Amino acid sequence: MSMTKPTKRKSRWPRWARRGLLENIATAIIAIGFLMLFQPFALALYTYSFITMLAGTVMFIIVSKFPE
Amino acid sequence: MLNRTADSVARATPEPLARKVRGISDKGLAWLFISPTILLLLAINIFPLFWAIYLSFTNFRANRPNEVVKNLGFANYQRILGDQDIWIAMQTTAHFVFWTILLQTLIGFTLAWLIDRKFRGHAFWTTIILVPMMLSPAVVGNFWRFLYEPQIGLFAYAISFVTRIPPTDIQMLSNVELAPWSIIIVDTWMWTPYVMLICLAGLRSIPEYIYEAAEVDRASNWRQFWSITLPMALPFIMLAVLFRGIENFKMFDMVNLLTGGGPGSTTEVASITLKRQAFESWRTGYSSAFAIILFVAVFGLANIYVKALNKVKQR
Repeated sequence: MSMTKPTKRKSRWPRWARRGLLENIATAIIAIGFLMLFQPFALALYTYSFITMLAGTVMFIIVSKFPE
Repeated sequence: MLNRTADSVARATPEPLARKVRGISDKGLAWLFISPTILLLLAINIFPLFWAIYLSFTNFRANRPNEVVKNLGFANYQRILGDQDIWIAMQTTAHFVFWTILLQTLIGFTLAWLIDRKFRGHAFWTTIILVPMMLSPAVVGNFWRFLYEPQIGLFAYAISFVTRIPPTDIQMLSNVELAPWSIIIVDTWMWTPYVMLICLAGLRSIPEYIYEAAEVDRASNWRQFWSITLPMALPFIMLAVLFRGIENFKMFDMVNLLTGGGPGSTTEVASITLKRQAFESWRTGYSSAFAIILFVAVFGLANIYVKALNKVKQR
Protein backbone atom coordinates (compact mmCIF):
# COMPACT_ATOMS: atom_id res chain seq x y z
CA MET A 1 0.00 0.00 0.00
CA SER A 2 1.60 3.24 -1.04
CA MET A 3 1.24 6.33 1.11
CA THR A 4 0.69 9.42 -1.02
CA LYS A 5 1.19 12.84 0.43
CA PRO A 6 -1.93 15.00 0.07
CA THR A 7 -1.08 17.76 -2.39
CA LYS A 8 -1.95 21.29 -1.32
CA ARG A 9 -4.24 22.98 -3.83
CA LYS A 10 -2.65 26.16 -5.13
CA SER A 11 -4.79 29.17 -4.28
CA ARG A 12 -5.81 31.30 -7.25
CA TRP A 13 -6.08 34.35 -5.00
CA PRO A 14 -3.39 36.88 -6.06
CA ARG A 15 -0.37 37.03 -3.77
CA TRP A 16 -0.54 40.83 -3.38
CA ALA A 17 -4.13 40.60 -2.16
CA ARG A 18 -3.41 38.27 0.80
CA ARG A 19 -4.76 39.22 4.20
CA GLY A 20 -1.49 39.68 6.09
CA LEU A 21 0.00 42.34 3.80
CA LEU A 22 -3.24 44.26 3.25
CA GLU A 23 -4.08 44.22 6.97
CA ASN A 24 -0.69 45.76 7.69
CA ILE A 25 -1.32 48.47 5.08
CA ALA A 26 -4.78 49.19 6.56
CA THR A 27 -3.28 49.37 10.07
CA ALA A 28 -0.64 51.81 8.81
CA ILE A 29 -3.34 54.01 7.21
CA ILE A 30 -5.35 54.04 10.48
CA ALA A 31 -2.19 54.94 12.45
CA ILE A 32 -1.35 57.75 9.98
CA GLY A 33 -4.93 59.09 10.24
CA PHE A 34 -4.70 58.96 14.02
CA LEU A 35 -1.44 60.90 14.03
CA MET A 36 -2.93 63.45 11.59
CA LEU A 37 -5.87 63.96 13.99
CA PHE A 38 -3.63 64.80 16.95
CA GLN A 39 -0.62 66.56 15.38
CA PRO A 40 -0.17 70.25 16.28
CA PHE A 41 1.61 71.31 13.05
CA ALA A 42 -0.87 71.76 10.17
CA LEU A 43 -4.62 72.31 10.16
CA ALA A 44 -4.83 70.77 6.66
CA LEU A 45 -3.55 67.43 8.01
CA TYR A 46 -6.17 67.58 10.78
CA THR A 47 -8.88 68.29 8.17
CA TYR A 48 -8.03 65.15 6.18
CA SER A 49 -7.44 62.93 9.22
CA PHE A 50 -11.02 61.67 9.50
CA ILE A 51 -11.27 60.52 5.89
CA THR A 52 -7.87 58.79 6.21
CA MET A 53 -8.93 56.95 9.37
CA LEU A 54 -12.28 56.01 7.84
CA ALA A 55 -10.58 54.67 4.69
CA GLY A 56 -8.14 52.63 6.81
CA THR A 57 -10.91 51.23 9.00
CA VAL A 58 -13.14 50.26 6.05
CA MET A 59 -10.13 48.70 4.31
CA PHE A 60 -9.28 46.74 7.48
CA ILE A 61 -12.83 45.40 7.77
CA ILE A 62 -12.81 44.28 4.11
CA VAL A 63 -9.31 42.78 3.93
CA SER A 64 -9.66 40.89 7.22
CA LYS A 65 -12.08 38.59 5.30
CA PHE A 66 -9.46 37.82 2.61
CA PRO A 67 -7.63 34.44 2.62
CA GLU A 68 -4.23 34.24 4.34
CA MET B 1 -39.29 -2.51 31.03
CA LEU B 2 -40.17 1.05 31.90
CA ASN B 3 -38.30 2.34 28.81
CA ARG B 4 -40.16 -0.04 26.54
CA THR B 5 -43.52 1.17 27.90
CA ALA B 6 -42.50 4.79 27.43
CA ASP B 7 -41.42 4.07 23.83
CA SER B 8 -44.69 2.39 22.98
CA VAL B 9 -46.67 5.28 24.49
CA ALA B 10 -44.58 7.80 22.51
CA ARG B 11 -45.13 5.88 19.26
CA ALA B 12 -48.86 5.65 19.90
CA THR B 13 -49.25 9.40 20.49
CA PRO B 14 -50.66 11.18 17.41
CA GLU B 15 -48.10 13.56 15.72
CA PRO B 16 -49.93 16.90 16.37
CA LEU B 17 -50.32 16.06 20.07
CA ALA B 18 -46.68 14.90 20.30
CA ARG B 19 -45.47 18.21 18.82
CA LYS B 20 -47.57 20.05 21.40
CA VAL B 21 -46.10 18.00 24.23
CA ARG B 22 -42.51 18.34 22.95
CA GLY B 23 -42.92 22.13 22.79
CA ILE B 24 -40.49 24.27 20.83
CA SER B 25 -37.30 22.96 19.21
CA ASP B 26 -33.79 23.40 20.73
CA LYS B 27 -32.99 26.12 18.18
CA GLY B 28 -36.24 27.91 18.99
CA LEU B 29 -35.50 27.69 22.69
CA ALA B 30 -32.00 29.12 22.14
CA TRP B 31 -33.45 32.05 20.21
CA LEU B 32 -36.05 32.57 22.92
CA PHE B 33 -33.33 32.85 25.56
CA ILE B 34 -31.02 35.18 23.65
CA SER B 35 -33.73 37.39 22.11
CA PRO B 36 -34.11 39.69 25.20
CA THR B 37 -30.36 40.34 25.12
CA ILE B 38 -30.39 40.98 21.38
CA LEU B 39 -33.37 43.33 21.71
CA LEU B 40 -31.70 45.20 24.56
CA LEU B 41 -28.45 45.46 22.60
CA LEU B 42 -30.31 46.78 19.56
CA ALA B 43 -32.22 49.29 21.69
CA ILE B 44 -29.35 50.71 23.72
CA ASN B 45 -26.32 50.24 21.43
CA ILE B 46 -27.13 49.82 17.76
CA PHE B 47 -30.15 52.12 17.44
CA PRO B 48 -28.49 55.15 19.17
CA LEU B 49 -25.42 54.69 16.95
CA PHE B 50 -27.47 54.82 13.74
CA TRP B 51 -29.59 57.64 15.16
CA ALA B 52 -26.43 59.64 15.94
CA ILE B 53 -25.15 59.01 12.39
CA TYR B 54 -28.46 60.35 11.05
CA LEU B 55 -28.39 63.39 13.38
CA SER B 56 -24.80 64.19 12.39
CA PHE B 57 -26.09 65.19 8.93
CA THR B 58 -28.75 67.54 10.34
CA ASN B 59 -29.06 70.82 12.28
CA PHE B 60 -31.15 69.16 15.03
CA ARG B 61 -31.10 70.77 18.50
CA ALA B 62 -32.35 68.66 21.42
CA ASN B 63 -33.64 71.75 23.27
CA ARG B 64 -35.83 72.70 20.28
CA PRO B 65 -37.54 69.41 19.39
CA ASN B 66 -40.40 71.08 17.48
CA GLU B 67 -38.16 73.01 15.09
CA VAL B 68 -37.94 71.81 11.48
CA VAL B 69 -34.88 69.60 11.03
CA LYS B 70 -32.81 70.50 7.96
CA ASN B 71 -30.46 68.12 6.17
CA LEU B 72 -27.00 69.71 6.05
CA GLY B 73 -25.10 66.94 4.27
CA PHE B 74 -21.45 66.88 5.36
CA ALA B 75 -21.49 70.51 6.60
CA ASN B 76 -21.15 69.52 10.30
CA TYR B 77 -18.14 67.32 9.53
CA GLN B 78 -16.53 70.07 7.43
CA ARG B 79 -17.05 72.61 10.22
CA ILE B 80 -15.56 70.33 12.89
CA LEU B 81 -12.57 69.35 10.76
CA GLY B 82 -11.80 73.03 10.10
CA ASP B 83 -12.48 74.27 13.66
CA GLN B 84 -9.34 75.58 15.38
CA ASP B 85 -10.84 75.12 18.91
CA ILE B 86 -11.62 71.45 18.33
CA TRP B 87 -8.16 70.97 16.85
CA ILE B 88 -6.70 72.40 20.09
CA ALA B 89 -8.94 70.08 22.15
CA MET B 90 -7.54 67.16 20.12
CA GLN B 91 -3.99 68.29 20.91
CA THR B 92 -4.86 68.54 24.62
CA THR B 93 -6.21 64.97 24.42
CA ALA B 94 -3.02 63.84 22.65
CA HIS B 95 -0.84 65.49 25.33
CA PHE B 96 -2.88 63.78 28.03
CA VAL B 97 -2.86 60.37 26.30
CA PHE B 98 0.89 60.51 25.53
CA TRP B 99 2.06 61.33 29.07
CA THR B 100 -0.37 59.01 30.88
CA ILE B 101 0.58 56.06 28.65
CA LEU B 102 4.30 56.75 28.93
CA LEU B 103 4.21 57.01 32.74
CA GLN B 104 1.81 54.09 33.21
CA THR B 105 3.88 51.81 30.96
CA LEU B 106 7.20 52.69 32.59
CA ILE B 107 5.96 52.44 36.18
CA GLY B 108 3.63 49.49 35.45
CA PHE B 109 6.35 47.42 33.79
CA THR B 110 8.87 48.22 36.53
CA LEU B 111 6.37 47.19 39.23
CA ALA B 112 5.52 43.98 37.35
CA TRP B 113 9.21 43.16 37.02
CA LEU B 114 9.74 43.69 40.74
CA ILE B 115 6.63 41.73 41.76
CA ASP B 116 7.65 38.87 39.45
CA ARG B 117 10.79 38.33 41.60
CA LYS B 118 8.57 36.67 44.25
CA PHE B 119 10.05 38.25 47.37
CA ARG B 120 8.58 37.67 50.83
CA GLY B 121 5.08 39.21 51.05
CA HIS B 122 4.79 39.84 47.30
CA ALA B 123 1.13 38.75 47.29
CA PHE B 124 0.31 41.36 49.94
CA TRP B 125 2.06 44.13 47.99
CA THR B 126 0.34 43.06 44.76
CA THR B 127 -3.03 43.49 46.48
CA ILE B 128 -2.04 46.90 47.89
CA ILE B 129 -0.86 48.09 44.45
CA LEU B 130 -4.13 46.93 42.86
CA VAL B 131 -6.37 48.94 45.23
CA PRO B 132 -6.54 52.21 43.18
CA MET B 133 -7.74 50.30 40.12
CA MET B 134 -10.69 48.88 42.07
CA LEU B 135 -12.02 52.27 43.14
CA SER B 136 -14.72 54.16 41.29
CA PRO B 137 -13.46 57.13 39.19
CA ALA B 138 -16.03 59.34 40.97
CA VAL B 139 -14.52 58.47 44.37
CA VAL B 140 -10.95 58.89 43.10
CA GLY B 141 -11.79 62.26 41.50
CA ASN B 142 -13.37 63.56 44.69
CA PHE B 143 -10.66 62.51 47.10
CA TRP B 144 -7.87 63.77 44.83
CA ARG B 145 -9.66 67.13 44.73
CA PHE B 146 -9.27 67.23 48.51
CA LEU B 147 -5.65 66.07 48.29
CA TYR B 148 -4.91 68.87 45.79
CA GLU B 149 -6.51 71.59 47.99
CA PRO B 150 -3.82 74.22 48.65
CA GLN B 151 -5.13 74.97 52.18
CA ILE B 152 -5.88 71.52 53.57
CA GLY B 153 -4.60 69.06 50.94
CA LEU B 154 -1.90 66.54 51.80
CA PHE B 155 -0.41 66.71 48.31
CA ALA B 156 0.37 70.43 48.57
CA TYR B 157 1.92 69.86 52.02
CA ALA B 158 4.06 66.96 50.78
CA ILE B 159 5.36 69.03 47.83
CA SER B 160 5.90 71.98 50.15
CA PHE B 161 7.88 69.76 52.54
CA VAL B 162 10.24 68.72 49.72
CA THR B 163 10.53 71.99 47.79
CA ARG B 164 10.02 74.55 50.61
CA ILE B 165 7.43 76.34 48.43
CA PRO B 166 4.48 77.51 50.59
CA PRO B 167 1.52 75.06 50.18
CA THR B 168 -0.86 77.91 49.30
CA ASP B 169 1.25 78.57 46.17
CA ILE B 170 0.79 74.99 44.94
CA GLN B 171 -2.54 75.42 43.14
CA MET B 172 -2.65 72.16 41.22
CA LEU B 173 -6.17 72.51 39.82
CA SER B 174 -6.33 76.23 39.11
CA ASN B 175 -2.84 76.81 37.73
CA VAL B 176 -2.72 76.77 33.91
CA GLU B 177 0.65 74.98 33.89
CA LEU B 178 -0.14 72.45 36.62
CA ALA B 179 -3.79 71.55 35.90
CA PRO B 180 -3.04 69.12 32.99
CA TRP B 181 -0.37 67.44 35.13
CA SER B 182 -2.74 67.06 38.06
CA ILE B 183 -5.02 64.93 35.86
CA ILE B 184 -2.07 62.97 34.46
CA ILE B 185 -0.90 62.19 38.03
CA VAL B 186 -4.35 60.95 39.10
CA ASP B 187 -4.86 58.82 35.99
CA THR B 188 -1.38 57.34 36.35
CA TRP B 189 -2.01 56.59 40.02
CA MET B 190 -5.29 54.88 39.22
CA TRP B 191 -4.42 52.88 36.11
CA THR B 192 -0.76 51.89 36.55
CA PRO B 193 -1.86 48.70 38.42
CA TYR B 194 -3.83 47.66 35.34
CA VAL B 195 -0.74 47.98 33.11
CA MET B 196 1.22 46.16 35.82
CA LEU B 197 -1.22 43.22 35.73
CA ILE B 198 -0.94 42.83 31.94
CA CYS B 199 2.86 43.10 32.06
CA LEU B 200 2.95 40.58 34.91
CA ALA B 201 0.97 38.12 32.77
CA GLY B 202 3.55 38.66 30.01
CA LEU B 203 6.50 38.12 32.37
CA ARG B 204 4.95 34.97 33.88
CA SER B 205 4.44 33.52 30.37
CA ILE B 206 8.21 33.46 29.68
CA PRO B 207 9.44 29.86 30.14
CA GLU B 208 12.04 29.40 32.88
CA TYR B 209 14.30 27.19 30.69
CA ILE B 210 15.19 30.17 28.50
CA TYR B 211 16.72 31.92 31.52
CA GLU B 212 18.45 28.67 32.52
CA ALA B 213 19.99 28.42 29.03
CA ALA B 214 21.09 32.05 29.28
CA GLU B 215 22.67 31.32 32.67
CA VAL B 216 24.58 28.40 31.12
CA ASP B 217 25.81 30.78 28.41
CA ARG B 218 26.87 33.19 31.20
CA ALA B 219 24.61 36.00 30.00
CA SER B 220 24.52 38.89 32.49
CA ASN B 221 21.26 40.00 34.12
CA TRP B 222 21.29 43.11 31.96
CA ARG B 223 21.75 41.02 28.80
CA GLN B 224 18.95 38.62 29.90
CA PHE B 225 16.61 41.58 30.41
CA TRP B 226 17.26 43.12 26.97
CA SER B 227 17.44 39.84 25.01
CA ILE B 228 14.80 37.70 26.75
CA THR B 229 12.51 39.57 29.16
CA LEU B 230 11.75 42.69 27.14
CA PRO B 231 11.26 41.09 23.66
CA MET B 232 9.04 38.34 25.09
CA ALA B 233 6.93 40.71 27.18
CA LEU B 234 6.67 43.29 24.37
CA PRO B 235 3.37 42.02 22.84
CA PHE B 236 1.77 42.30 26.29
CA ILE B 237 3.18 45.79 26.80
CA MET B 238 1.81 46.78 23.36
CA LEU B 239 -1.56 45.37 24.38
CA ALA B 240 -1.57 47.45 27.57
CA VAL B 241 -0.53 50.57 25.64
CA LEU B 242 -3.29 50.10 23.08
CA PHE B 243 -5.92 49.38 25.69
CA ARG B 244 -4.98 52.37 27.83
CA GLY B 245 -4.76 54.49 24.66
CA ILE B 246 -8.34 53.68 23.73
CA GLU B 247 -9.57 54.28 27.29
CA ASN B 248 -7.69 57.57 27.80
CA PHE B 249 -8.79 58.84 24.43
CA LYS B 250 -12.41 58.65 25.70
CA MET B 251 -11.50 60.00 29.16
CA PHE B 252 -14.27 62.13 30.63
CA ASP B 253 -15.12 61.38 34.29
CA MET B 254 -11.78 62.26 35.90
CA VAL B 255 -11.34 65.51 33.93
CA ASN B 256 -14.93 66.54 34.61
CA LEU B 257 -14.56 65.91 38.35
CA LEU B 258 -11.13 67.46 38.81
CA THR B 259 -11.08 70.52 36.57
CA GLY B 260 -14.23 70.45 34.42
CA GLY B 261 -12.01 71.40 31.45
CA GLY B 262 -10.57 74.48 33.17
CA PRO B 263 -8.86 76.74 34.02
CA GLY B 264 -10.08 78.34 30.76
CA SER B 265 -9.81 75.48 28.32
CA THR B 266 -6.36 74.16 29.29
CA THR B 267 -7.68 70.71 30.23
CA GLU B 268 -10.54 70.63 27.76
CA VAL B 269 -10.10 67.19 26.20
CA ALA B 270 -12.22 66.04 23.25
CA SER B 271 -14.93 64.42 25.39
CA ILE B 272 -15.37 67.60 27.48
CA THR B 273 -15.70 69.68 24.27
CA LEU B 274 -18.26 67.16 23.05
CA LYS B 275 -20.28 67.46 26.27
CA ARG B 276 -20.15 71.29 26.10
CA GLN B 277 -21.35 71.33 22.49
CA ALA B 278 -24.10 68.76 23.16
CA PHE B 279 -25.48 69.87 26.54
CA GLU B 280 -24.42 73.53 26.99
CA SER B 281 -24.64 74.89 23.41
CA TRP B 282 -27.31 72.30 22.48
CA ARG B 283 -25.80 71.73 19.02
CA THR B 284 -26.97 68.13 18.85
CA GLY B 285 -26.32 67.56 15.13
CA TYR B 286 -22.87 69.13 15.33
CA SER B 287 -21.92 67.18 18.46
CA SER B 288 -23.24 63.95 16.88
CA ALA B 289 -20.84 64.51 13.96
CA PHE B 290 -18.03 65.10 16.46
CA ALA B 291 -18.99 61.90 18.33
CA ILE B 292 -18.90 59.93 15.06
CA ILE B 293 -15.39 61.27 14.31
CA LEU B 294 -14.23 60.15 17.76
CA PHE B 295 -16.01 56.81 17.27
CA VAL B 296 -14.16 56.16 13.99
CA ALA B 297 -10.86 57.00 15.71
CA VAL B 298 -11.57 54.60 18.58
CA PHE B 299 -12.89 51.93 16.19
CA GLY B 300 -9.73 52.19 14.10
CA LEU B 301 -7.60 51.82 17.23
CA ALA B 302 -9.74 48.87 18.34
CA ASN B 303 -8.93 47.12 15.03
CA ILE B 304 -5.22 47.51 15.73
CA TYR B 305 -5.90 46.25 19.26
CA VAL B 306 -7.60 43.10 17.96
CA LYS B 307 -4.70 42.48 15.56
CA ALA B 308 -2.21 42.84 18.44
CA LEU B 309 -4.35 40.53 20.57
CA ASN B 310 -4.30 37.85 17.86
CA LYS B 311 -0.50 38.10 17.68
CA VAL B 312 -0.29 37.57 21.45
CA LYS B 313 -2.64 34.56 21.18
CA GLN B 314 -0.45 33.00 18.47
CA ARG B 315 2.55 32.95 20.84
